[in-house]
Amino acid sequence: MKPFTTLVGTVVPLNLANVDTDQIIPKQFLKSIRRTGFGDNLFDAWRFLDEGDFHKTPNERELNHEFVLNHARYNGAAILLAGENFGCGSSREHAVWALEEYGIRCVIAPSFADIFFNNCFKNGVLPIVLDNVSIRKLFEEVEQREGYSLTVDLPAQQILKPDGVTLAFDIGAHAKHALINGLDDITLTLEDAAAIRAFEAAHRANHPWYFPQ
Amino acid sequence: MPPVAAQTLYDKIWNMHLVTERVDGTGLLYIDRHLLHEVTSPQAFEGLKLAGRTPWRVDSNLATPDHNVPTVPEERVLGIAGIEDEVARIQVQTLDDNCAEFGIQQFDIRDQRQGIVHVVGPEQGATLPGMTIVCGDSHTSTHGAFAALAQGIGTSEVEHVLATQCLVQRKAANMRIVADGVLAEGVFAKDLVLTIIGQTGTAGGAGFTFEYVGEAVRVLSMEGRMTLCNMSIEAGARAGLVAVDETTLNYLKNLPFSPQGDDWEAAAEAWRGLVSDPNAVFDAEMRLDAAAVEPQVTWGTTPGLVTGISGEVPDPDSFADEATRETARRALAYMGLEPGTAMVDVPIDRAFIGSCTNARIEDLRVAAAVVRGRQVASTVTQALVVPGSGLVKAQAEAEGLAQTFVDAGFEWRAAGCSMCLAMNADRLEAGERCASTSNRNFEGRQGHGGRTHLVSPAMAAAAAIAGHFVDVRELL
Repeated sequence: MKPFTTLVGTVVPLNLANVDTDQIIPKQFLKSIRRTGFGDNLFDAWRFLDEGDFHKTPNERELNHEFVLNHARYNGAAILLAGENFGCGSSREHAVWALEEYGIRCVIAPSFADIFFNNCFKNGVLPIVLDNVSIRKLFEEVEQREGYSLTVDLPAQQILKPDGVTLAFDIGAHAKHALINGLDDITLTLEDAAAIRAFEAAHRANHPWYFPQ
Repeated sequence: MPPVAAQTLYDKIWNMHLVTERVDGTGLLYIDRHLLHEVTSPQAFEGLKLAGRTPWRVDSNLATPDHNVPTVPEERVLGIAGIEDEVARIQVQTLDDNCAEFGIQQFDIRDQRQGIVHVVGPEQGATLPGMTIVCGDSHTSTHGAFAALAQGIGTSEVEHVLATQCLVQRKAANMRIVADGVLAEGVFAKDLVLTIIGQTGTAGGAGFTFEYVGEAVRVLSMEGRMTLCNMSIEAGARAGLVAVDETTLNYLKNLPFSPQGDDWEAAAEAWRGLVSDPNAVFDAEMRLDAAAVEPQVTWGTTPGLVTGISGEVPDPDSFADEATRETARRALAYMGLEPGTAMVDVPIDRAFIGSCTNARIEDLRVAAAVVRGRQVASTVTQALVVPGSGLVKAQAEAEGLAQTFVDAGFEWRAAGCSMCLAMNADRLEAGERCASTSNRNFEGRQGHGGRTHLVSPAMAAAAAIAGHFVDVRELL
């Protein structure tokens, strides 16, 4: 996993609540057996006017110029500013893969759906929850100022705004450690292999019906 | 011994599976059952192989292809070769290959036990009370009907569970949802859960595990309880639970994966304790009068945008805050609906009876009773019935339900996820409106530009007959 320490990036605002993972990456792209190749189809039904499928390349597509990601001023954005309950619906991790491949390394929202939130950490993408007032202010500032960018400092757990104001954010110690060091969860969990084995033996003795005879 | 604090059902299952707790409060939770399907597993198996790992406990895994399988009978008899779309065919083949390589039990595309993974697990007894169950699919919450802690996970977590038999997780808070009274005739678990989501909103359950209690829940069949728990995730709750009672035990007895003989007696005795203690404290509670619930129809693009069949499409300006007004405006524009339109005046183009929410035998019995002796309206271009598993299909055929549907003008298909998410060829065209028994009405969910209204199987059947939404109680 790509480590995440400090990110300086342009912010793109998507001011909608309940953006679901079906919108982030529509179902037709989930047929792939790979982890890559989803970035071109991020928000496919919103970014393009024609219906996307596996066989169309991006330059064959008809852009929806009204959709915010297609506005030239947000080219190369690395931070997505979003509305509440971002990433609700399907558990598809393809949504995070699509965001990451497009170049989004950080999503800032007032709240996230649980499964999406977890999936972010497994892919070097940092989801940040901020209060509604801070989020509203960020939306205003991003829209007012072209090229608006933020510095996200994960070790210090703070966001630095262009005006010098900082916003603190929370993150679990385990998730923070894994992100900063680009560690994969499996390696960390397997450090507890002996504990898992001991638990399993006791669990089998107490609840044999959960284990095929 | 110090007295043990009163525990909720969720607390009990959590504590029963907690391997260790980390300093930051996350827990390492042991997983009893891992269900797999073709869409969210290939990258996990690939990761496992690249790291040179093997599954921690092979016999905890059970796989079946469901999202991508064709449901047209003529294509299905051809097995994997019958999948026309090459990319989809490779994905189903990859599940076959991975299961063969690691020795994982699979009900493959030709197996009569194949079906939607959340229908298959319970009907096999692979879902048991008190288990921790995961699957790379958000509707894993379904299995909570059996007092199992069942949650959807992402693909990285699928790989993690394969490799370690554990999930790293922070414990959720407890929310109790009390449904007093009993549902009226013609009103079902689907209507109850849509009513609940209408009140919580799509995020109201975030960070909680639900426990559904109350008289209305106690009298529900296991099928009804599965419908209820299935849609917990649509309220934002990763898991929903119903406590064990005799209904649970009667359903599970003698199923292929259930314990047998003396083991059954011992297990059943232990499972009877899988209820919340009388004095257990919940962090939140919601109470509703089930007797007052009427058949529901969604009008928007999230399951929480819902009204009773006697209601109308709301005026966006009637909502209290600007964010909700904007959401409603967007939803109505996408759905092509005018404020003030009575729900019974909304015509449909297609009807879909199926999905992990509503494709079990009881759902098909209810829908068949509505359509028996009637005909699909001439304005409805397609009415689909897609059973949840090959076994449900066989049962429905044996009971004559399939013939009832066919006689009424429905298409009778083979088992799979089908038009719930339209990964296979079953889908809406842009602008088409569908009465659907599935779980999500998101933009494009059933096909690019398609418009989905979520309803119960009885209501979908009634709409197919009438050509527009109608209170199914008028047809009973």
